[in-house]
Amino acid sequence: MYPSLLIPLVAVSASAAHGFYLSPFTFHLSPLTTLAAFDFSVFLRPSPESALNNLSYLLVGLGWSLLLALASWVVAFVVGSVVGVMRTLPGRILPFIGACYVELFRNVPLLVQLFIWFFVIPDMTPILGDWFKQQVPPIWQEFIAGTACLGLFTAARIAEQVRAGIGSLGPGQLGAGLALGLKGRQVYLLVLLPVAYRILIPTLTSEFLNLIKNTAVASTIGYVELAQRSASMAETTSRVYEAFAAGTLLYAVLNLLVMFFARALERFTALPGFLGGRK
Amino acid sequence: MVFDWSAIPGSLPILWQGMIVTLQITLVGVLVGLLLGTLLALFRLSPNRLLSWLSAAYVTVFRSIPLVMVLFWFHLVLVPLVVGLLFPGKRLELRFIAALTAFSLFEASYYAEIIRAGILSVTKGQFNAGLALGMNRREVMRLVVLPQALRRMVPLLLTQAIILFQDSTLVYVINLDDFFRKAYNIGNTVGTLNEMILFAGAVYLVICTLASGCVRQLHRKFTVLPVK
Amino acid sequence: MISIRNVSKWYGEFQALKKCSTEVDKGEVVVICGPSGSGKSTLIKCVNGLESFQEGEIWVDGISVADRKTDLPKLRSRVGMVFQHFELFPHLSILDNITLAQCRVLGRSKKQAVEKAVLLLEMVGLAEQQPKFPAQLSGGQQQRVAIARALAMDPIAMLFDEPTSALDPEMINEVLDVMVKLAQFGMTMLVVTHEMGFAKRVANRVIFMDRGEVVEDQPKQTFFENPATDRARQFLSKILTH
Repeated sequence: MYPSLLIPLVAVSASAAHGFYLSPFTFHLSPLTTLAAFDFSVFLRPSPESALNNLSYLLVGLGWSLLLALASWVVAFVVGSVVGVMRTLPGRILPFIGACYVELFRNVPLLVQLFIWFFVIPDMTPILGDWFKQQVPPIWQEFIAGTACLGLFTAARIAEQVRAGIGSLGPGQLGAGLALGLKGRQVYLLVLLPVAYRILIPTLTSEFLNLIKNTAVASTIGYVELAQRSASMAETTSRVYEAFAAGTLLYAVLNLLVMFFARALERFTALPGFLGGRK
Repeated sequence: MVFDWSAIPGSLPILWQGMIVTLQITLVGVLVGLLLGTLLALFRLSPNRLLSWLSAAYVTVFRSIPLVMVLFWFHLVLVPLVVGLLFPGKRLELRFIAALTAFSLFEASYYAEIIRAGILSVTKGQFNAGLALGMNRREVMRLVVLPQALRRMVPLLLTQAIILFQDSTLVYVINLDDFFRKAYNIGNTVGTLNEMILFAGAVYLVICTLASGCVRQLHRKFTVLPVK
Repeated sequence: MISIRNVSKWYGEFQALKKCSTEVDKGEVVVICGPSGSGKSTLIKCVNGLESFQEGEIWVDGISVADRKTDLPKLRSRVGMVFQHFELFPHLSILDNITLAQCRVLGRSKKQAVEKAVLLLEMVGLAEQQPKFPAQLSGGQQQRVAIARALAMDPIAMLFDEPTSALDPEMINEVLDVMVKLAQFGMTMLVVTHEMGFAKRVANRVIFMDRGEVVEDQPKQTFFENPATDRARQFLSKILTH
């Protein structure tokens, strides 16, 4: 138990001691030498990768990550809701199709799906594929492939949550809506989904946070998001700790912001007396 | 749209080597993750505030950054640091160790949450019933709470293992050759990239679908139906 | 008005309804009682098509419920239903609960719908609760709103599925009072309930169901004073001694 806590402490103090013996002007990419002398001015120095300084370089990366996450979220939410609702419908065909969708997108690793969207599908699609490979600038190629991949991948997870959310309302609400003469589609849109989505805000928030984290996978096809930029900054400036610490911090800050907004959304949509809303 | 699957039969030995790496990462990640995760869960539930806080901090940290970042951290920073301390001056093959460490510690945070939720799901009433019969705290945990908690946890733990199996493909970012990377490399070399990617995808699909089907069956067996 | 003829329903191997038949005339109040599992709720849900049945026929105001060509939503808008667990829509205010179907199904203007809703809320004694949400009301209040919601559609008949079974004892009477008023107004009502006091007061006929069958179907007086079957007799003796 306790040894596992001691290791990082020993590591930090040993390297700190070690570092004091070395000249701060050593350019060797060794964590041991850089730990003792955190150099935060590295963020203000110009980055070799772009016209900005290093900190802005990272912040722009964060922006690209967020952009991909938001675009994918739109796809995921719409497709996920449709598939989730499909799985709650009576009959056998639609729920089965929904189940197949979920199984397919949940049982293939995200990275493989991304490669399929980026390499295989443009190759296999006759006209659009060629246009995609030749006319679309690389960054947008990566963006589109990333959005499609992350969107449909996350949709499968959202579908399961929507299904559970609607299921938790019980058959009584559906019956009550139908008994009034509302058609099935109206019952879903006017009665079931408004309540289900409110119940699902916490789960959907955590799904969105997952999505943000998953955008890092897009770095494998060259999309310049935050994780990749942290690594590349570490390489170019030899300041590994500062680079990764900054990257990690930015993700953590984004996390907190999203949770803050989610809580505000929850309060805004709360129903009086229900689900902890105002009495 | 003609597919050329001819590269596959000949490359099976290489692919199998990659699969071994994948399986090793998955297995170590699951086992160490479970052990560490159980510890973390127990710390979190313990009345000692320091332990509880440390555990919560650990879980929060690992759950708020992408796995890709964790892999970078371990590959480029922490593992070289520790190895440099223990074996100064040596240059070792670090990628595999970095991957094992990263996945183990990362999975531990997810397992910690599953285990904690599982233990909490056994109601206080059960705990009190055990105490009322004269058992001490430890006995109640061991004989009453944990058996029930485990039944609820096992499907979730197995599902998380399947997720880990899929996430192992991310060692791509630290240039480690797992099953998928091998398939990709072969595809690149031979020129049938699409076919190799689809083949790898199909393999994962089959394995994971079968595995999650088994987990579902297990879940059904473990779930005690309410008495009518 | 409502005609149930030889209705049978199976859930897989299990037969929930066995050749059930009865008639409810315009203005009649018919109470269905019986032990749990007797199929009373299932039968009443078949009347407005919320449950399907494999054999027999159900006719509501001349329209066959099981006929594929029947416009079920339209039929349901003409027959009101009140549920055991109220089933008010939690995300809408009381007023919106009552106006929703009026506007969406009957096509009334918002103004008309609100006027009607306010009128009905006054009738059930809840006029001041308009802006509130279901979770802020007690069970008895919620059920009264549910009745108002069903009445807002100007139904030709009302179906009640154990309307007071989920209520605390002190709230049962406020709901029953509303139902009595409704009966006195001449509404055609089919009520599944255990409340024999209500039956004694306003029912025209009482139906006793057991294990999926209609065992007794008598005018109120006959049922309470001289039930024809032993099962009905046993049932009555058990619940009336409370």
